[in-house]
Amino acid sequence: METSEFRVRARALVDSPALTYRQRVQALAGLAEEALDPPQVSEECAAALASGLVNDLAEGNAPYRPRYLLPDYATALRHGSEFLGLKAPRDLYDAVAFLLSMYSQVPSITGYPVYLGDVDRLLEPYAVGVDDETLLKLMRLMWITIDRSLPDAFTHANLGPDDSRVGRTILALERELLQTVPNLTLRVDVERTPDDLVIDAVRTVFACGKPHFVNHAMMTADLGDDYGVVSCYNSLKVGGGSHTLVRLNLAESVRRSEVGLDDWLQTVLPHHVELTAELMSARITSLVDRARFFDHSWLAEEGLVHLDRMSAMFGIFGLAEAVNELVARSGSVGRYGTDAAATALGWHIVERISELVAATPLPHCEGNGGHAFLHSQSGIDSDLGVTAGTRIPIGEEPPLLEHLLAVAPNHRFFASGVSDIVHFDETAQRNPRAVVDVIRGAMSSGMRDVTFNLDSNDFIRITGYLVRKSDLAKLAATGAARHGSDVLAAGSVANSRVTDRVVKRVISSESTPRPAG
Amino acid sequence: MSQPRALLADVVPFSWVDGPGNRFAVFFQGCNLDCLACHNPHTMPRLTGKAHEVTVDELVADVRRVAPFLSGVTVSGGEATLQAPFVAAFFQALHEDPATAALTRYVDSNGCADAATWDMLLPVTDGVMLDLKALDRETHLALTHHSNAPVLMSLHHLAAAGKLAEVRLLIVPGFNDGEDVLRDTGDYLAEHAPGVPVRIIAFRPHGVRAAARDIPEPTTEEREHYAEWVASAVGAELVSIV
Repeated sequence: METSEFRVRARALVDSPALTYRQRVQALAGLAEEALDPPQVSEECAAALASGLVNDLAEGNAPYRPRYLLPDYATALRHGSEFLGLKAPRDLYDAVAFLLSMYSQVPSITGYPVYLGDVDRLLEPYAVGVDDETLLKLMRLMWITIDRSLPDAFTHANLGPDDSRVGRTILALERELLQTVPNLTLRVDVERTPDDLVIDAVRTVFACGKPHFVNHAMMTADLGDDYGVVSCYNSLKVGGGSHTLVRLNLAESVRRSEVGLDDWLQTVLPHHVELTAELMSARITSLVDRARFFDHSWLAEEGLVHLDRMSAMFGIFGLAEAVNELVARSGSVGRYGTDAAATALGWHIVERISELVAATPLPHCEGNGGHAFLHSQSGIDSDLGVTAGTRIPIGEEPPLLEHLLAVAPNHRFFASGVSDIVHFDETAQRNPRAVVDVIRGAMSSGMRDVTFNLDSNDFIRITGYLVRKSDLAKLAATGAARHGSDVLAAGSVANSRVTDRVVKRVISSESTPRPAG
Repeated sequence: MSQPRALLADVVPFSWVDGPGNRFAVFFQGCNLDCLACHNPHTMPRLTGKAHEVTVDELVADVRRVAPFLSGVTVSGGEATLQAPFVAAFFQALHEDPATAALTRYVDSNGCADAATWDMLLPVTDGVMLDLKALDRETHLALTHHSNAPVLMSLHHLAAAGKLAEVRLLIVPGFNDGEDVLRDTGDYLAEHAPGVPVRIIAFRPHGVRAAARDIPEPTTEEREHYAEWVASAVGAELVSIV
């Protein structure tokens, strides 16, 4: 970047009427980073990045903090923090203040913490002996402060798998406050999590689109007991995280290859996986060995994150278009998600990528045995004509049962997360138990992540994070937003028809018999 | 031995409106009432080209495939009890198959079944959701062209057996929506079906035959009145309205 261009762009940011002070500071930091040279890669890898075959989600030219960091809040609460100048909390007031202080000092790619911890488990011990009214008041204060001081829907809190007063209080507050922040996950163990808690969470989905549900048994099998769900649907080890997330555009990989299925699987795909890994490797090395994040971060110094619990995320997206193109080249017509053979081809491709990624060593990824975690990347606002992750294209989703059975077989390969958003109409609201049944069935059929979108509330899941439809309307009208994620979402709605998802009428009164009346 | 076969109007693998939770709903073809306000008049005749036949094994196999997603199975119609031997065999098979044994088995009925029919079904049935079109005999005749005597007998029989899961009141404006009528119905249910949830289903013109198309759809305010009148004896916690 020439100095003159830098000056023009910096000036534009400083003068922008649409940015808050804090958004301006972040954008200026991003611009400064962009003025540096990116981590060095081969010409072919650089070309793949420039053409969009490989995409680093605009993480920046000079990585100086991991993309996703999951501090070990439990250890911090137990021992206190020298960096924060705080002793171990002794009561709930101390603990809430401790966490809020700590959140302000946790970096991530967004500039805000993407992980707030399993807040119910963290705070429940301090809530013993605290009356309900005080607990509600304190948690309300905490939840409002999180939304107002960390205004980014990628900021993510976890609940479950066990029931707790703190967890129930948070769900009640979610229904009362209707905030987009924090994003929320309930970990569900089909054997252990009581139905009543899941029903409470489903009622919360009806109110505000949260929480997202994850399959605890599958997660612990892949990541161990200490895992967290961060940002949107990224599951990683607590006390670690992901250096970077680089994604391979499968649609583009197929489009530019002009070969049949076998050649693509055996030659083209492995090479493109290699190019993706090359970029990841360069970014990781830049972060760890050049910017030396883990040598100077207070979180590493105090044992709250460990380099050996870190890994990186290898993302894929555009599976649907890749499959459809390969099927068309073979002279068939089936489409991913609705045709059995095409859907099975999708599963096969995911399995093949998983083998390739597992065989590709990466530096500083000891958190996953020296390899990246595979991730089904749920898209960004600028994706055009390419379906998020391994989802079925918006508007083509089959009925709920077929939808779940079509995507479930992919989930075991994505230890670091996969999202398939299911859309319901409000008939669900009279029968929340039915949604619990669907969640349990989905999980016992091998689904790792289950996310719902309900048509009747003000919230909408964009690619994974939540925004309010009313905030989007306001942004369109005034050009200003308090949450950074709203700006991304406006682009996503305009570009990819996310508001057009097929509504899952589980039973359609137009076409199915009702009790004779 | 050849298996019993049933005539079905439709099967819905995921239904959220036919009992508690997510249910596999089986709609039998053929009905023994002739309701003015029926939403699915095509399920009334026994003989129709659109219905299809299944065996117990086929139906159980369909349930087994989706069992992990379900709370249970509901048979509806039409009128399922008209094909009671099949329903009993189907429920017995669900009970015996380890993959489906945990599912609850519900019957959605218009109540026109005799004691012998219920005695065949109840040992393998967890609950019955019973329609009560009208407490008053004349109104019932006007709405269904049949007496409600067998319906009330079914109600007593099922309540005594502890298998009455829900009573459904289908409110048709101009027929059974009066305050006195609904308060009387509430009193009757409080006495004869104590503790049983009551679901009020307000008339909707959608799908009905021409003769019922001009009946007005109740307003939100009217619906709230229905619930209030029934609840005065039954208890608000047991009354819901859709």
